[in-house]
Amino acid sequence: MTQLSTFHIGKYLFGVDVALVQEIVRLQTITPVPLSSPEIAGLINLRGEVLTAVDVRTRLGLGPADPEREPVNVVVRVDEEPVSLLVDEIGGVLEVSQVPFESTPATVDASVRDLLVGAYTLPDRLLLSLDARKVLALAGA
Amino acid sequence: MEAIDEIVAEFLVESHENLDQLDRDLLALEQNPDSRELLASIFRTIHTIKGTSGFLAFHRLEQLTHVGENLLSRLRDGRIQLTEDRASALLGMVDAVRILLASIEQTGSEGDVDHSALIETLSALLEDAPAQGASKISDATETAETEQTPAVAEAEGEGEPAEATGEQADHQDAQDAQDADHEHGDHADPEDDHHEDGGHAGHEDHDQTAANTEPAAAAHHKKIGEVLVDAGVTSQDAVEIARMEQGLGDSRPLGSILVDHGSTTHAAVEGALEANDGRRSVVESSVRVDVELLDSLMRMVGELVLARNQLVSRLDDARDSALARSAQRLSLVTSELQEQVMKTRMQSVDSVWSKLPRVVRDLARQCGRQVRLEMEGRDTELDRSVLEAIKDPLTHLVRNAVDHGIESPSDRIAAGKPAEGLLKLRAYHEAGQVHLEIMDDGAGIDPEKIAAKALERGLISQSQLAQMTAREITQLIFLPGFSTAGEVTNVSGRGVGMDVVKTRIEAIGGSVDVSSKRGYGSTLRLTIPLTLAIIPALTIGCAGRRYAVPQVSVLELVRLSGEHARGGVELISGAPVYRLRGSLLPLVRLDEQLGLVPAGEHESPDHEERGSFIVVLQAEQQRFGLVVDDVLDTQEIVVKPLGRHLKGIPLYAGATILGDGTVVLILDATTLARRSNVLANTAGVAATSAADDAEPVDPILVVEVAGGRHAAIPLDMVTRLEEIANTSIEKVGGREVVQYRGHIMPLVRLASLLGAYGESDDADSVQLVVYTRDERSVGFVVDRILDIANERPGTRSDIDDHALVGSVVVGDRVVELLDVQAAVLAADPAFYDVPATEHEVGPVGAQAEEALA
Repeated sequence: MTQLSTFHIGKYLFGVDVALVQEIVRLQTITPVPLSSPEIAGLINLRGEVLTAVDVRTRLGLGPADPEREPVNVVVRVDEEPVSLLVDEIGGVLEVSQVPFESTPATVDASVRDLLVGAYTLPDRLLLSLDARKVLALAGA
Repeated sequence: MEAIDEIVAEFLVESHENLDQLDRDLLALEQNPDSRELLASIFRTIHTIKGTSGFLAFHRLEQLTHVGENLLSRLRDGRIQLTEDRASALLGMVDAVRILLASIEQTGSEGDVDHSALIETLSALLEDAPAQGASKISDATETAETEQTPAVAEAEGEGEPAEATGEQADHQDAQDAQDADHEHGDHADPEDDHHEDGGHAGHEDHDQTAANTEPAAAAHHKKIGEVLVDAGVTSQDAVEIARMEQGLGDSRPLGSILVDHGSTTHAAVEGALEANDGRRSVVESSVRVDVELLDSLMRMVGELVLARNQLVSRLDDARDSALARSAQRLSLVTSELQEQVMKTRMQSVDSVWSKLPRVVRDLARQCGRQVRLEMEGRDTELDRSVLEAIKDPLTHLVRNAVDHGIESPSDRIAAGKPAEGLLKLRAYHEAGQVHLEIMDDGAGIDPEKIAAKALERGLISQSQLAQMTAREITQLIFLPGFSTAGEVTNVSGRGVGMDVVKTRIEAIGGSVDVSSKRGYGSTLRLTIPLTLAIIPALTIGCAGRRYAVPQVSVLELVRLSGEHARGGVELISGAPVYRLRGSLLPLVRLDEQLGLVPAGEHESPDHEERGSFIVVLQAEQQRFGLVVDDVLDTQEIVVKPLGRHLKGIPLYAGATILGDGTVVLILDATTLARRSNVLANTAGVAATSAADDAEPVDPILVVEVAGGRHAAIPLDMVTRLEEIANTSIEKVGGREVVQYRGHIMPLVRLASLLGAYGESDDADSVQLVVYTRDERSVGFVVDRILDIANERPGTRSDIDDHALVGSVVVGDRVVELLDVQAAVLAADPAFYDVPATEHEVGPVGAQAEEALA
């Protein structure tokens, strides 16, 4: 049984292993960190804990976000450290064991393809399964 | 099964504690070999370990401690003397016990290390070599009694009745003693200890362990007789006799009987009673708490402090006086709670120091040194986490002092010093920080050797070296890649150098400093914060964001008002400086450092309105000004570590959460200074950075003399830049002087000295370049200060002119290089006469010669 927590970025629907997701919060203020790599959106205050927020949009090379929209923090815990993934909009939790799984189609941008496990072909659209560990493996980290 | 594990765990904890005590006792014993009290204490410790290990079936441990115990009991009975060999063997046994315990802790079994050699050594040391008809064990009591005889004679007549209260307590004790005699009395009997077979020991000693795990109970059951025997002031037999008398109806307390019999002295009884009482009170008033619990308490208090800050910051908006009062109260209690919780995490520095006597002893033996270790301020307290962090650096410094600092006894005697070197550790609190000093009276640090080594390793350039004071040269030992060890010894010089010490200490917000006098020794000073978790910090604003700077690095704040800003800040080839009370303060713009504006953007004066505050910071003994937009407030912040994605940016020491919930980055002053090169660029501190491996350059100050004519002054000949009112210039005998810092300072107008033309006297004030040497100063009057430039070798050309040593190219302009010595003499012909010698005029003289050669 594989469950993915899904979210939207631009026209894509992504999912990460639900077991990695600690919580989802719609936040608030992000403190930018000068001198950090562009994929780092900044720091957030999650109930007194300081977390790094990674801008998944920039990470995937999908261009700048709509400044009018407030991003959503998908807090994932990888290697014992919680990190927030900034996404456009949250989806839901999908049970995908019965959904046909394919390797990432060639139509997906190369920069995105490297960070994907593969794609689930839902009846109406593709669900791209993100490798959270790879997404967080930023240069200099 | 679990119950057994628990017993083992408890045994391990207790044994580790006991072993630390044992180390200390053994070393103390070496100083004072006749102390029966110490011997008794050591004996007890080993006895306990032996007993428990027998019970828990750790036979190797039992076997080992058994031999050690035999040796100790003979020492205690005074039948053999503690020699260095015996002390070493006993320390060796302690180490072996530690290894066994570690193995038990990790694997649950003793492992299969062979201790037979050690056991043999210990057994061999049981007798004084050559064997002198070793006394039988059963002689023990007799020997003890014979030794007691002088004490009897001495005590006669001193046996006054004890104080009433003392007597009562005593009496009670004696009664209890009788009841408890059967269980406890024989513990102190040395004879029993020798003849116990494994099973018997196991059974009986379990009783004692049980008593030890319940220290309160142990203290209660400790009888005065036992205490006296343990302390070695009376014999077991004497106690038995006294008890027997009590049993026959003598109502006096045991102590009194013993005193009357002459078996002990009144003072000894008093002492024992006191010791017994003291022990009880300590035991009853303290609890053992898991460190984890304290750490989590501390974290929670941190959160509470944050919540308090949030509440207080919101309160300003709400106009509710009742709420304000409650908040005030909450705030107070929080502060107190914070303080108290911090206190629970405080440990005396002794917990780290106590390991050092052993280190020093072993090392001194190994290196053939004689070292006396003195410690002052053992009870100085620090936060656990800080202690943990300084443990290794401190040990390294101590090893260094023994290995490299203190000379061999023969060298010391040759130098007219006592053969025994002194290593002194000092700890004290001052200004909210802890100061640790490690002093030795060894050879000291030879600046010439340091300089030669630093040059050889390419850590600094010759020209940098030329500008450095002996003190600055000494600090070079902290450079990475610098190792003072001539050859790599077993002890130090293993790559873990002083730079690591420095890095570690700086990592916790501390600093290291060294001072040394050749032939008299060196002193290393560590300055460390009391705690790491909560620190006072200054919040500042820059480009619309807030940042925090630890208050420790902040020296002062300067506000630049519009008018002031233009007058105070000078932009010198892209490196801004501010004249703070006459001395040059290199400036660092935070927005540039954070990459928020491109560097150099500020060079045009229009941007002045942006950075309107200067935060004067101190990093590595160097002051610099951080230009920020706003200074907000000072508050206690809780330092939170940054995640792995941001750990690599050294500019940030962490993050914190402010009262309003905003995450704010904490800036690291040292990194700021390093990044912006203020540690490398400025006059007089050229030496502090080794990073600058470019061609050696000599900085010069470029001034406008008159009518657009420029002159250059070597920056190391510039002490200060001053601006004085024209009216303050007075004339004395045809010379111009000003009153300057309580002295009369002669002035020389460079314009007239250099024969420049042009009228420049229309200004209200004049610019002065001041050169100070010892108590004397000379002021060079110039029109304007223009720039600080770097003179590259080879750009100099010779001009044979009065008061000039040549010319240099700065930018695309030829600038005359002032002969400072000539200029100084023009102002004050007697300047170099007293008390200085010609030799010290050095820099300029040498430069002039070099230039003219």
